[in-house]
Amino acid sequence: MSEYVLMQGDEACALGAIKAGCRFFAGYPITPATEIAETMAKELPKVGGTFIQMEDEIASAAAIVGASLAGEKAMTATSGPGFSLMQEVIGYASMVEAPTVFVNVQRGGPSTGMPTKLAQGDIMQARWGTHGDHPVIAIYPSTVEEVYRYIVTAFNYAEHYRTPVVFLMDEVLGHMRESLYLPPDSELKSVPRAGESVLEDDDIFQPFIGDDQMLAAPLIKMGKSRFHVSGLVHDESGFPVGAAVDANRLLRRLDHKIRLHADEINICDEYMTDDAEILIVAYGSVARSALRAVKIAREDKINVGLFRPITIWPFPATRLRQLLKKTSAVIVVEMNLGQIVYEVSRLNRRSTKLELLSKVNGEMVTPQEILDTIAKVKSEVLDL
Amino acid sequence: MSTSRLLTYLRQDRMPHVWCPGCGNGVIMKAFVDAIDRLLLDPERIAVVSGIGCSSRVTGYLNFNTMHTLHGRAIAFATGVKLARPEFKVVVMGGDGDVLAIGGNHFIHACRRNMDLTVVIFNNNIYGMTGGQYSPTTPEDTYASTAPYGNIEDQFDTVKLAINSGATYVARSTVYHYVQTVQYIQNGLKHKGMSVIEIMTNCHTYFGRYNGMPEPVQMLSYFKEKSVPLKKAEKMPPEELDGKIVIGEFVDIEKETYNEKYEQLKLKLAFKEKE
Repeated sequence: MSEYVLMQGDEACALGAIKAGCRFFAGYPITPATEIAETMAKELPKVGGTFIQMEDEIASAAAIVGASLAGEKAMTATSGPGFSLMQEVIGYASMVEAPTVFVNVQRGGPSTGMPTKLAQGDIMQARWGTHGDHPVIAIYPSTVEEVYRYIVTAFNYAEHYRTPVVFLMDEVLGHMRESLYLPPDSELKSVPRAGESVLEDDDIFQPFIGDDQMLAAPLIKMGKSRFHVSGLVHDESGFPVGAAVDANRLLRRLDHKIRLHADEINICDEYMTDDAEILIVAYGSVARSALRAVKIAREDKINVGLFRPITIWPFPATRLRQLLKKTSAVIVVEMNLGQIVYEVSRLNRRSTKLELLSKVNGEMVTPQEILDTIAKVKSEVLDL
Repeated sequence: MSTSRLLTYLRQDRMPHVWCPGCGNGVIMKAFVDAIDRLLLDPERIAVVSGIGCSSRVTGYLNFNTMHTLHGRAIAFATGVKLARPEFKVVVMGGDGDVLAIGGNHFIHACRRNMDLTVVIFNNNIYGMTGGQYSPTTPEDTYASTAPYGNIEDQFDTVKLAINSGATYVARSTVYHYVQTVQYIQNGLKHKGMSVIEIMTNCHTYFGRYNGMPEPVQMLSYFKEKSVPLKKAEKMPPEELDGKIVIGEFVDIEKETYNEKYEQLKLKLAFKEKE
């Protein structure tokens, strides 16, 4: 059954997660992510799932990894300060390859910052927040409908790639209410978790054996196989090893399992990029202002286009590299002091004019501000 | 109980273990599988979760569903396991530093919720794996690598902390008292709700060496001499109990667990949906 409903972003995140098969949520109250926990507390027990409010974000993160390894699809949701506390567990989830979803509804930082204001300051933290080299997938939608759809994708990626997935949102996206098309089940496929054993009686489950695509064996439920996991460097069996060759193999496989599949993981959206001389790069709720600015600029016959990464990590480099070849200027719009601009800069081998429109006062970038930047860049590059 | 049968609960291919010769942790590991064997529990339905430290390496040797997790966080991971799989017997094993210092917050809140977990604390009064630093249970005026002039901090009484936080089964033993240790772990495993069993164990390598007891036997003798059974302790004046280790079962009460209450909530809502 499909229908149109009015829903808040945080609420869509929770309901989409349940649709994806999430049956365990542990969390701790924090603005602007609290409504996700509130929705989960109300809805999960109705579908046989479990909600628990833990004593802090560290415990919340640990509990979802425990639940995931035990056999349930699990998620937590927080904002900046809580996301900082969760980093150690995110590293553990990467190491034991526990399918988990960590939602971060970003707010102004650093520290307590601006709890009720918009910011996109955690982009690099989503990538590098935990210590050591590690793989990560991060998804960042722009509309409430996308929140509902892509949280399902987040769970599917977590299962398929056996990795923590960071689901980024922001204060505007979390608190905004808008009408959305509730897709029927047939449009939202979810990857199921395997049972307790996939093997013959005498075989031993090797939880960390990689295939030729570097992907770990699909996780099975705790029970019959009695497998072991550890945050220590381990071999295919999960037990700690000290040999340099094993450490190298594990770290490279963890990296490769995402890196080699970047093109199939990457999701991005484009608007009028075919003939764009000026390319705007924007993501999250900010991309909505960017889309409006592009539409207005097009009315004025300025050839502007929008590139919107939805998968933030791995960064959709392949497509952006193609677009950079045919544009004269790029404007990155972000609500931080410049984070994704470095990713764009890294790909910008021809030194195409690169302009950063950065805003950190907690108030949404307006289409007018973007139009002003377009005008400035146009006068500097195109009107010569 | 035959020793060879107990070996089936261990991952013998993972031996030798990392513990020092004479370490008390092996005694607790044996007492634990002895208790499992006496209760005829299904190994496929047991999950053991540990954090970081010498004692936390126990999960690598136990042939159950095992998780070697993060320093201090074992109880939080175990809470997730238990809620996802209520049919499992979920056990947390860890040291005094792991459970009571970095993990202290998770410990008191699991007690408060009466979460259906069995927590076995290996208390050696010191951080062993990092080389002998003082812990929240290191007695005042004893020495450690970070207390070179003697420890000036007061210590936690694990039993009082557990009881006052809401644990519904609380016991203490020492590695000298093997029979009691097995009995208390058995009772803890049978108990519905949060059970805490503190077992005093010897780190002669660090705590012992810093405090004039470098041999395992000296520390076992210390446990033997300093221990007072709870029944006897109740009749003793408080000043005589100073520096003593009171052993026994301090609390064993029946109380609805978090898990039971949540399962009831699910059932109630399921019926409501049908109406």
